[in-house]
Parts: sequence; C-alpha cells; structure tokens
Amino acid sequence: MNLFDIVGPVMVGPSSSHTAGAVKIGNVCNKMMGEPIKSAYIYLHGSFAATGKGHGTDRALIAGLLGMAVDDTEIPNAFSIALSKGMRFTIETIDLGDVHPNSVKIMMIGQSGRELEVVASSIGGGRIEICKLDGNEANFSGENPTLIVRNMDQPGCITEVTSLLGEKGINIATMNLHRKKRGGEAIMVIECDQEVPEEIMEALERLDGIFGVAYFSLR
Amino acid sequence: MFDSLEEICKVEENSGIPFWKLVQLDDCRERDITEEESFETMKKMYMAMKESALNYDGKIKSNSGLVGGEAALLREYLDNGNPLIGPFMGRVMELALRVAEGNACMKRIVAAPTAGSCGVVPAVFLATQEARDFSDEKMTEALFVAAGVGSVIAARASLSGAEGGCQAEIGAASAMAAAGLTYLLGGKGRQSANAAALALKNLLGLACDPVAGLVEVPCVKRNVCGALNAASSAELTMAGISSVIPADEVFDAMSAIGKGMSSKIRESGLGGVAATPTGKKIREGL
Repeated sequence: MNLFDIVGPVMVGPSSSHTAGAVKIGNVCNKMMGEPIKSAYIYLHGSFAATGKGHGTDRALIAGLLGMAVDDTEIPNAFSIALSKGMRFTIETIDLGDVHPNSVKIMMIGQSGRELEVVASSIGGGRIEICKLDGNEANFSGENPTLIVRNMDQPGCITEVTSLLGEKGINIATMNLHRKKRGGEAIMVIECDQEVPEEIMEALERLDGIFGVAYFSLR
Repeated sequence: MFDSLEEICKVEENSGIPFWKLVQLDDCRERDITEEESFETMKKMYMAMKESALNYDGKIKSNSGLVGGEAALLREYLDNGNPLIGPFMGRVMELALRVAEGNACMKRIVAAPTAGSCGVVPAVFLATQEARDFSDEKMTEALFVAAGVGSVIAARASLSGAEGGCQAEIGAASAMAAAGLTYLLGGKGRQSANAAALALKNLLGLACDPVAGLVEVPCVKRNVCGALNAASSAELTMAGISSVIPADEVFDAMSAIGKGMSSKIRESGLGGVAATPTGKKIREGL
C-alpha cells in the first residue's frame, strides 16, 4: 500500500472492488490475449453475481476487456462500445464453489481464434488476483510481469528456470509452485520486477521438462 | 509509511519540517521518486476531486434508482428555502452529496480513502477553498496531511468496510478531512492529529450496512455526516478544545471494535438498515 492507495485511485464508481477491480480483471485478460477479443463469455460468482448489476460490474468487466482504464468515463457505455467494435459477449451467473465471493470466470476467443479461460477475484480496494488460467492454478496479482511455466515435477527444473532469469538480470519478486501429484505436471508462477524478453521465453520452452510457458506483460 | 501520528508530530516539533512535508518525503522514499513528482501526483488527485464535485448532473439516477438528484434538491432549499445552517456548512453538505451521488451514478471520483466515502474530503476541502481563496498548492499540502492521517489509520486499523465497518470508511475519511482542514486553518501537526481524534471518536462503531449490498443507501448521505463532523472537529480544535484520548489510541480502539464486529455489519448487506423490512424489500425488488 502506498500514499496514493489512501488518497486515490481516481476511478469510475461506485465500488473499488466491484467496479475498479472488475475493470482491472478485464485489463489483465485483455493483455493476456494480446489481440482484440472477438467473443467473451462471462460468468459472475457470489457477490459479483448478487450485486454486480447495481455496481456496474458487468460493464466494468467489458470495459476492461476493451482495454479501458479504471478512470475511463466511458465505462458505463462499455456494452455499446463493445458492440460497435465487433466484440460479442454473454453475461451469466455461476457457482464456482469455494472461491472468493467477488469472482468471475471469463472465456475468451480472440480474432485469430486463440482461446483463453480465466478465473479471477477482486480481493478488496481494487486489488485483484488471477486465480486460474485455462484451468491451471495461477494466483498472481497482475501488478508485475508474470511468467507461468508448466513443467514436469522433477528435480532441477526450478533451478534451470530461475538461473536463466538470473543470468539476464531479471529479479524474481514472488514465486509460487503448484503440482497436481508427485512426479506429474507442475506449475511455477513467477512475478518479476522486470519484463521478460521474448528470447528468454523461447529458451525456457526449449528446456527439458517444460511443457509450456505463458507470459503476462505490463506493456 | 508512518504508523503513528504522535511520531510525525514529534519529528515536526523537533525538526521544524511541517507535517505535510514529512508525509511527502516519506512517499518519496517509499516509491523512489522526486519531491516534485510526489507533489504533482497529489495535486492531480486534488484536481480530480474538484472535477468530481463540479461535474454534477442532478437529473441522473443510479443503476438501482435509489440515489440521484439529492444535491440539487439541497441547493434549491439553501437558495430559496429558509435554512438555519450557514452558507459554509450548506455548501459542505451539497458538495458531499454531489460527489457521493456521482460515485453511485458511475461518474469519475477519487477514492479517499474509499469509493464509498469519496465525498467527505472533497466537500470539506472545496468549500474551504471557496470560502478562504486558498491556492491549489496550499490545498495539495493539506491533502498530504489528510493522506498522512489515512496511512496511519491503515497501519494501525483498516480502511475497508468489509474489515472494519463504516467507521473505517466514513470515519477514516472524516478524520482525514478534519486534519487537512485544521492545517488550512493554521494548525500544526499536533492540532491536525487532535482534530482527527475528535472526528473519529464520533464515528467509532459505525456499521457498514449497505442496502442490497450497493454503495448507495445509507452510504451517500453518510458522506454528509462525515464532512460536517470533520468541519466541527477542526473548529473545536482551533478553539483550543483537546481530545482527551490521543489520535493513535483512537485508531487502536477503532481496530479493536472492527475485529469484534459481526460480519453482518461489515459490508455483507445482511445487517443494520440492510436487514430492515424496507431494506430487504428493496433487495428483493432489484
């Protein structure tokens, strides 16, 4: 928390969690897609489902998917802007089970046909957490450049990834490890202080025991 | 960030560096930025607050239809009715409604400290600037004072209704506004801290009980209460009236009360006025 979390942010109301947080979730999805979104299927859970309409959560999510910032005064008009830009969307409610009350699942298809599924929560004061990407554990805040590496659960895998980052002067801010079962597929979620260049991602993908690499950039 | 107003006041008294400057220097250290960058960011916040109060449209309603047009009604009464309150307090009330209504109607606001309490600080600050003709720079300094108080409350207690009830939102905003106004009236840091203590004491224990879970009822009108309470706390302070309990201890009391509060009155929309027959009926009707 810094001084401008106390006085600030400048945002479109009415709620930091249900409006500004929802815009931010949309923003992260927009950046993860890296291309204009053709279709979005939105499923609101818990308090997002119960009070989302009154808080403009639905419009805030669409605004975020369109790349609008939390203080964009066009957020209330996001539905018509989306339609004029050729983005189709549906908004329904869902029970996602044991997740934060302010949660949403979003399935997106980009213009190139690329698909992405995100589960995210708005955890208070406009801060968010991306919980799942394509069904896999993610748990990152979207405040740092973030690498999501799917790897084989075997000794040495983490060292290889972190030393590759270290060699290029990239500092790790936080790191989370998840695995479904011993010796199976595992996931590393690495929040970095610097942006990760394309060449490192390619090198990571070539490493033994790495199944795939996803990247969230702040750019 | 600082975690004690007493500490900031002592540094001010020993070094002669004003309270607002100490808060600014702390921001520079935390975020590794220049004094100019920090000042400009805070000034932008003040300009955005002004805009949120001046861009008011009394003809629109919130998504639920529960809120809208109140500030216009009040202005009409102040101009053409027979009000008891003076023009300054009337303007404070009107501005608090303008900003808080705007928030409910999806207009752009500055969360200070939260979106639900966004009307309190701008109402007190703008009315004071209009009455005393302070420069935007002076107002920015006062906003550093308010932000400093807010960060100490955040460190010792909470600024979230879900955690600490409405005392953590309207209560904190009122303490912040009272401290900033005291600075504008010529008070030192210790007097700003006194005003913050007086203001927050009045709102300790306040429930966060939004009808249908929306930031509308009772939130919008509570901004008026928070703003008036800030103005009276600053005036009490400038009259030389002391809070018996120091500010830091009031913040600790607020934290303890928040921890003991039922979750029904911490933003869940399940207790307080949200759970009244009328509150429930509104929820079902939406």
